[in-house]
Amino acid sequence: MKDKPLYVEDVSLSFGSVVVFERLSLSIERGEFVAVVGPSGCGKTTLLNLFSQFVQPSSGRVVCAERVRMVYQHDSLLPWQTVNENIALGLRRLKDAGERARQLNDMLRLIKLEGFADHYPHQLSGGMRQRVELARALIGDSDVLLLDEPFSSLDYLTRIRMRNELARMLDQLPRTVVLVTHDIEEAAQLADRIVVLSDRPAKICSEFHVKLARPRELTHPAVVTTVHEILAELGLEHEGKQSAVPA
Amino acid sequence: MTNSVSSKERVLPLAVLLIALLIWTAISLLSLFPESVFPSPVAVARGFLEELRSGRLVDDIVASLFRVTTGFGLAVFTGIPAGLWLGSHARARHAFLPLVNFFRSLSPLAWIPFAILWFGIGDLPTIFLIFMASFFPLVLATIAAVANIPSVYFRVGRDYGFSSTEMLTNVTLPAIAPQVITSLRVTAGLAWLVVVAAEMIAGRAGLGFAIWDARNGLRMDLLVSGMIVIGVIGIVIDRILLQLTKIPSVRWGYER
Repeated sequence: MKDKPLYVEDVSLSFGSVVVFERLSLSIERGEFVAVVGPSGCGKTTLLNLFSQFVQPSSGRVVCAERVRMVYQHDSLLPWQTVNENIALGLRRLKDAGERARQLNDMLRLIKLEGFADHYPHQLSGGMRQRVELARALIGDSDVLLLDEPFSSLDYLTRIRMRNELARMLDQLPRTVVLVTHDIEEAAQLADRIVVLSDRPAKICSEFHVKLARPRELTHPAVVTTVHEILAELGLEHEGKQSAVPA
Repeated sequence: MTNSVSSKERVLPLAVLLIALLIWTAISLLSLFPESVFPSPVAVARGFLEELRSGRLVDDIVASLFRVTTGFGLAVFTGIPAGLWLGSHARARHAFLPLVNFFRSLSPLAWIPFAILWFGIGDLPTIFLIFMASFFPLVLATIAAVANIPSVYFRVGRDYGFSSTEMLTNVTLPAIAPQVITSLRVTAGLAWLVVVAAEMIAGRAGLGFAIWDARNGLRMDLLVSGMIVIGVIGIVIDRILLQLTKIPSVRWGYER
């Protein structure tokens, strides 16, 4: 695992009497897009918190060799800062003012919010705010993007649109991505690899690979098949593969 | 369309005021009550001009405003830091909250005897009473505002490498600003109520004293003119503090 930029090895973690992980191992390749799906409360967000070193494991190893940025489930833009100021948080290390302004402009163009630099988050729609969140995490010199259900508060159509936006942004600014989501379609439409976690203590039930370039059509046969397989794995569809949770 | 609505809306309160004035005039013209207990608008206007020309009115306004500004200012510069500290230290908050709540629930006017005993008559006892009236509500409002800051903002600060000073200046202070501004408005209103009451008893000048003096001299016209001045200044103070809510970086607190 030495060459992997991001991995957890034999990680156990408990909060009081609640055992979240028991000897869990997962490694992620550089540049890979991994989606983590699983039942509510199984520890998906906690896995991201381990990667971002916000939570320390009770035992085992967590390695995150690179610079990590997280996008949160709920509005995490600072509401007292403008779009520009929020995105510029990602450029705090950059001292050259001219270069900062150039990168900010490029980013605003990339997220198609050129006219909104001086707007405050509450003046934007949900989808626009989420684009700013992604911009803040992508700008500057980060390597790994941890996404904690970033689109869960958006309506269905905006969510589909945001998946394409994310694919487009990653095409311009490639990153290693770990996406935690409830949305199996989202996982199948975006990820190279989908990891299905079991109930607590979470174990990896199975993994699915999607070898298809992004952006992907939601109705592309490979996406539809993957959705079907994941649902079957979670016991939510009866046809197809229906393996039990490994002991 | 929008313009005509907004100009109509601006006219409405003036119309209500005018009607109230007309009713007042009508009652006094009909002599329903003797002039000595129900002064007419004309008498009040005459009394107002008399006070204005003698310079007493301006002196009283200056005295009252000085006391409110000093007492309220002291409360702001001690109460907000105290609230910040208590808001971010759970054990200290637990220890102090009952005491703060006790003093918040105690009418500041209950302090009047001690205020006079300790500070005599004049500016000091009034400033003390205004401080007692404003300090505790400001502490409580600041504690509540700090406790309500969503933790994700601190995580963002941590993710992007904020120092502990930046956590205070770039997260805590801007996050509590809208709530603190609202409580400044409420508390300033309270301070203005208290100054009048305090000056009636512990004052030698000021609008509260002027009212008391008018009552002692049975000058109901001056009394009403004083009441109007007090009410108008109260509104003006609130209008001034209202401007704080128009700062762009605090608008989010009122529009969400």
